[in-house]
Amino acid sequence: MIRNILIGVLTVGIVGVGIWGYQEHKEKNAILINAENNYQRAFHELTYNIDILHDKIGTTLAMSSRTSLSPTLAEVWRITSEANNSVGQLPLTLLPFNKTEEFLSNIGDFSYKTAVRDLEKEPLTDEEYNTLQSLYSQATEIKNELRKVQHLTLKNNLRWMDVEMAIASGREAADNTIIDGFKTVEKKVEGYSETDMGPIMTSMQEKESGYRNLPGKKITKKEAVNIAKKYTNVSQNAKTKVVENGKGSDFDFYSVSIQDKNGETNMDITKKGGFPIWLINSRDVKEQKISLNDASIKANQFLTERGFKDLELFESTQYDHIGLFNFVTKKNNVRIYPESIMVKVALDDGSIIGFSAEQYLGTKNKHRDIPSAKISEEDARKAINKNVNVMETRLAIINNDVNDEVLCYEFLGTLDNDTYRIYVNAQDGSEEYVEKLQNAEPIYEDVTNGKA
Amino acid sequence: MITRKKWMKLTIIMFICTFLLVSGVHDRGAKAFSNQVIQIGAVGDDVIELQSRLQYLGFYTGKIDGVFGWRTYWALRNFQYEFGLKVDGLAGATTKQKLVRASQYNEKFVKDQINKGNKFTHYGGVDLNKQKTGGKDGAAGNTNQKPATRAPQGNNQNRNTANNNQQARGNNQGGGTTNQQPATPAAPAKPTATNVPNGFSQNDIKLMANAVHGESRGEPYIGQVAVAAVILNRLESPSFPHTIAGVIFEPGAFTAVADGQIWLTPNETSKKAVLDAINGWDPTGGAIYYFNPNTATNKWIWSRPQIKQIGKHIFCK
Repeated sequence: MIRNILIGVLTVGIVGVGIWGYQEHKEKNAILINAENNYQRAFHELTYNIDILHDKIGTTLAMSSRTSLSPTLAEVWRITSEANNSVGQLPLTLLPFNKTEEFLSNIGDFSYKTAVRDLEKEPLTDEEYNTLQSLYSQATEIKNELRKVQHLTLKNNLRWMDVEMAIASGREAADNTIIDGFKTVEKKVEGYSETDMGPIMTSMQEKESGYRNLPGKKITKKEAVNIAKKYTNVSQNAKTKVVENGKGSDFDFYSVSIQDKNGETNMDITKKGGFPIWLINSRDVKEQKISLNDASIKANQFLTERGFKDLELFESTQYDHIGLFNFVTKKNNVRIYPESIMVKVALDDGSIIGFSAEQYLGTKNKHRDIPSAKISEEDARKAINKNVNVMETRLAIINNDVNDEVLCYEFLGTLDNDTYRIYVNAQDGSEEYVEKLQNAEPIYEDVTNGKA
Repeated sequence: MITRKKWMKLTIIMFICTFLLVSGVHDRGAKAFSNQVIQIGAVGDDVIELQSRLQYLGFYTGKIDGVFGWRTYWALRNFQYEFGLKVDGLAGATTKQKLVRASQYNEKFVKDQINKGNKFTHYGGVDLNKQKTGGKDGAAGNTNQKPATRAPQGNNQNRNTANNNQQARGNNQGGGTTNQQPATPAAPAKPTATNVPNGFSQNDIKLMANAVHGESRGEPYIGQVAVAAVILNRLESPSFPHTIAGVIFEPGAFTAVADGQIWLTPNETSKKAVLDAINGWDPTGGAIYYFNPNTATNKWIWSRPQIKQIGKHIFCK
């Protein structure tokens, strides 16, 4: 009797577990298929976009009048951005696929810059035409390779989930068709020289060359520690550690870390010349005792005491109990925005807990003649939207969207409730750049909770 | 005798006057600013008072939120201009003194409203009870009062000069008198807004803090700033998506995203690390990849040029 009951209970149990297991299995499969479908969609969209991209670039080449190119180039720009988006949804991060992504991004930059240009006044140059041609042949290669991969996935029902697992597990899955296909695409793109895109100097490249051309001699580890101590208020016998940079860096630097009662302070210093790049102290600041204004004075003092000259405070912001200050160089009454330094001040005792001269060092030693303005402030003002209420004006050097330094009139103005910074080129009166300045953001928790 | 009487009268009047003046100053002084010079970017009690007082005079038409932003800055400059002060956008001793003399500040009302999360304004010459809307408890008859509270805002939108303010007051003559609140001390109120770096919202920062926390919570502070910096460097890089969410959720990009650790509640440290990275600190020297040499299995990642090691992570190009 008892035996029968036991058997009955066990059977029910086993059947129950079976049903539960089956449900779980079904759910897991549903989720897997869902994820797989997302990957498939991104992949097929990518190949489709590359197809269209290829066609569109072809069309621009065949267009007889170079002045009617703008709409087509804008189209190319839109498609590259969509293709880039699709790439971002595929599990390719740990695959060498950078060159292809860079290629897409380069087409995007090129087509954008040419599309927004007034092609009536400035038609495509022969060089640019050649660039387009070379982009076209690159697109052809990529398109063909991707089509091959697409064909194989469809024919053999290949799954992207397998790709993801292969990459995650670190097995160099030599037999994975999709991975191989993408590697081939990458190799094809790599074959083209990078100079095809013309001399577009990115801000990153410029910064790197700036660092390489710093003046001064190479310093030793010991000197680096001494420099670090000048920037922090630590006792002479605090524990220090110096590490050299790895081989992959574009310039040489020391990383100094100092341990004392105020927590850890980290600092990077260039080997050449011993310039401080940045400094961070990890101390917690729990209360506010001094005002943001006092802190800005401390920050200024900190910089002048360490030999930074001609700096002017340009932005100040308070985050909790920390004051953040942005200084820029001011020479002959012209603000030079590329040369900016950030300083972080603790609002409890006014000590400096952060410093960053990364941008400043990158362009500090660049030879720079400040030109005189060719047009008057009045004329520059005419270039601005009439509805903007101009409140402040000054001269400034900024990097424009092709990363050239240009002398501009800077207008601070308001339109309705927002404040804008508007830059008008002081040589030709064109509007270089308009920036809407950030307003404080409401804290949503307090708004929704009602009672604090 | 007559002259004596006159003198007596005069002294008495003088006495009363001085008494009134002193007590008046004292009364207001009790609620007035602390000693600090308030400048743009500042946050806190003094800013709440500054905004309230500027709004009382009609210079400031924005929300009283305790953050000295651009609207407060222009309002302050307009005030300085109208009152013949040096126009520098800094609330120093003279400016604050002038402001305290020219305006009233009902601290209790303002802070109560802030604590209750109500929408409110603090214009002079308008019944304060009509200047609050929303909030769960201030309900009774609110609907009828709404038009009245909107009137001053509408009038002040053009440009906040004293003239406009007069108009606003004129339109609201029936509005009643100010400050009928009992004189209990105000509960401390926190600012209802916060400074955010240009181009980023609090939610972006939260999302990044989640990722940084999930990826590197055991790391030293500098290591967390470094992870946040890598996310930002990827935003700039042509080979990665151009949005924060795109970079973070790119399949296979971050292990913390893949195994769900990104949804752990981040602590304040990771948020601070993210803010530092956004504000321009990049301890990695421009890295766009990093890996833990003890656990990394992918061969390709080892082939990237390495810049430096911070904590357990090696950062590379």
